[in-house]
Amino acid sequence: MTWEFIAGHMNYWLFIVLMLTGLYIVIAKGNLLKKIVGLNVFQVSVFMMYISIGKVTGGTAPIFPYDATGHIKLDSEILYSNPLPHVLILTAIVVGVATTSLGLALVVRIREDYGTIEEDEIVDAEQAIAAKEHEDQEPWLV
Amino acid sequence: MAIEHANHVALSLQEQLPIWLIVIPFITAPLILLLGNKQLAWLLSFVATGISLFISILLSLHLKSGGVISYHIGGWAPPIGIEYRIDATNALILLLISSIGTVVLPYAYKSVNSEINPKHHTLFYACYMLCFTGLMGIVITGDAFNIFVFLEISSLATYVLVAMGAYKDKRALTAAYDYLILGTIGATFFVIGIGFLYMATGTLNLVDLAERISSQGLNRTIRAGFGFIVIGLGLKIAIMPLHLWLPKAYTFAPSAVTVFLSATATKASMYVLLKFLFSIYHPSFAFEENTILIIFMPLAIATMFLASIVAIFQTNLKRMLAYSSIGQIGYLLLGASLMNSMGLTATLVHMFNHGITKALLFMGAGILALKVGKVSYENIAGLGRSMPLTAAAMVVGGLSLIGVPGTAGFISKWLLIQAAFANGWWQISLLIVVSSLLSVVYVWRFIEILYIAPNNKMGTKTEASASMLIPMWILAFACLFFGFFTDLTLGTAQTAAENLLSLPNSVLQTTLGDGS
Repeated sequence: MTWEFIAGHMNYWLFIVLMLTGLYIVIAKGNLLKKIVGLNVFQVSVFMMYISIGKVTGGTAPIFPYDATGHIKLDSEILYSNPLPHVLILTAIVVGVATTSLGLALVVRIREDYGTIEEDEIVDAEQAIAAKEHEDQEPWLV
Repeated sequence: MAIEHANHVALSLQEQLPIWLIVIPFITAPLILLLGNKQLAWLLSFVATGISLFISILLSLHLKSGGVISYHIGGWAPPIGIEYRIDATNALILLLISSIGTVVLPYAYKSVNSEINPKHHTLFYACYMLCFTGLMGIVITGDAFNIFVFLEISSLATYVLVAMGAYKDKRALTAAYDYLILGTIGATFFVIGIGFLYMATGTLNLVDLAERISSQGLNRTIRAGFGFIVIGLGLKIAIMPLHLWLPKAYTFAPSAVTVFLSATATKASMYVLLKFLFSIYHPSFAFEENTILIIFMPLAIATMFLASIVAIFQTNLKRMLAYSSIGQIGYLLLGASLMNSMGLTATLVHMFNHGITKALLFMGAGILALKVGKVSYENIAGLGRSMPLTAAAMVVGGLSLIGVPGTAGFISKWLLIQAAFANGWWQISLLIVVSSLLSVVYVWRFIEILYIAPNNKMGTKTEASASMLIPMWILAFACLFFGFFTDLTLGTAQTAAENLLSLPNSVLQTTLGDGS
């Protein structure tokens, strides 16, 4: 693995770092708000990956001019970069925003009903409800 | 200007059917919000799902014996444009989703009235239509990124629907939150996988993807993509170690939501997984065969047993049914991991049969919940005697869940056992029978509590109203009907399995070299 390979794929390394950071935050943090933040980092890392795919070194925007006869003029000299990943990621960003806002709305509602957004306190509260109503405990197996 | 236009040919109404299937429910959702009237919202949703059901029936009759309908969105031909591609496989799943979606609505009206905050009733129908659109879209589309978009449309609507259960029990909120976190991780994994495939092949069209993967052979990017896609969809399907969101979400969601989700949501994702396993990647790739045999099959068997055993010890009807749903996912996965056309047929038939069976049982649980609040065994004891019609329909559902001959459940389990024998794996057949015996235990347990146990403290209850009983009995008759007349389900599923397993000619001629 040469230095050029490592430096040349900087976007992808950062994608991996961000992705794992986000995933780690979602798993390790007990605060519901921090989990949403982690989820966001995780999703944003994917945007980065997609946009990296679309980048071609020395590439230009794929806008094809028409020639005098009205036909599309393709210049094989010019290197075009692919606009599709950017478009895909526009959609994914919208999805991400919707997910985040819905997640935050749920956190607000949980705070209203439970009085806390710490996961372990919520688990305790739920076990208390289950014990009061003689429900089964969560099975340990699955 | 003499710009070259693509020849635009006006399509007839009939040729537009595939897009109507998606657009009608999709437009209904904002329309409901604008009108803001509960009764009108219900009526519009019912009409929209009804039209979708009608179109699905037309399409599945048309495609039952084979053939493909390809609809180009906006006239852009694939692989550039987005394609809606319908064959016998997804016609069957579309039929399942639209019929359950339609049948649930008359049932939902009463159930929603009592289980959801009156302020949110209109919103409920809007979210329901979005969820319905998303699920139909996942199944109908032939574009990989489009699957992700529809997956998120349905998932976001689902989180809201589950959270609406908070009116009765605040634990619905945390259930929805957990589902949101895990569901989003799943969808994001899926989209990473799609990204890898796009990186390696430069296409998003599923048919094009299949051709390019097999013509260029495998490389590490494509294999990594496979891993991400399988894990991502596994979270959505709730395959054993990834199922943690399911029991809570199904238990605390409003009854009507649980009925709809249990029958459709996991099935739509399962269809996408089958599509990726058998059509896009090909099982003859050594790495995939190993994945299926070493990872999927043990997981499928573990799911069948562990979830059924946990279900036996539950004392809440809804939670028991949720665990039984996880167990049934094991059968679906097992059928797929047998890797022959019979196993795949069994999986497809079981998706349909289990969909109607579980919807029926959750409807019963919902009716009981309406009468006694929480459906713990303590509360529902003896209700079978005072509510004979509800309980009888639930018995039919229970028998179908076990797989007693004469019910829909029998057909799919019988096929599954035959498929295992076809591979010469009699041990697997034995395991299927043994795990079915486990379901006898949990089904008998609630039947005994409904009919034989002494009455609960709340006394007897009156029978449910007709608006709830009729949808329930429609499903009960469907369970029996598809146990005797298997032409529609089995016939379609056989064509469907062959469709999934067959590849374009160019693909078969290429040697399937893999990079492992």
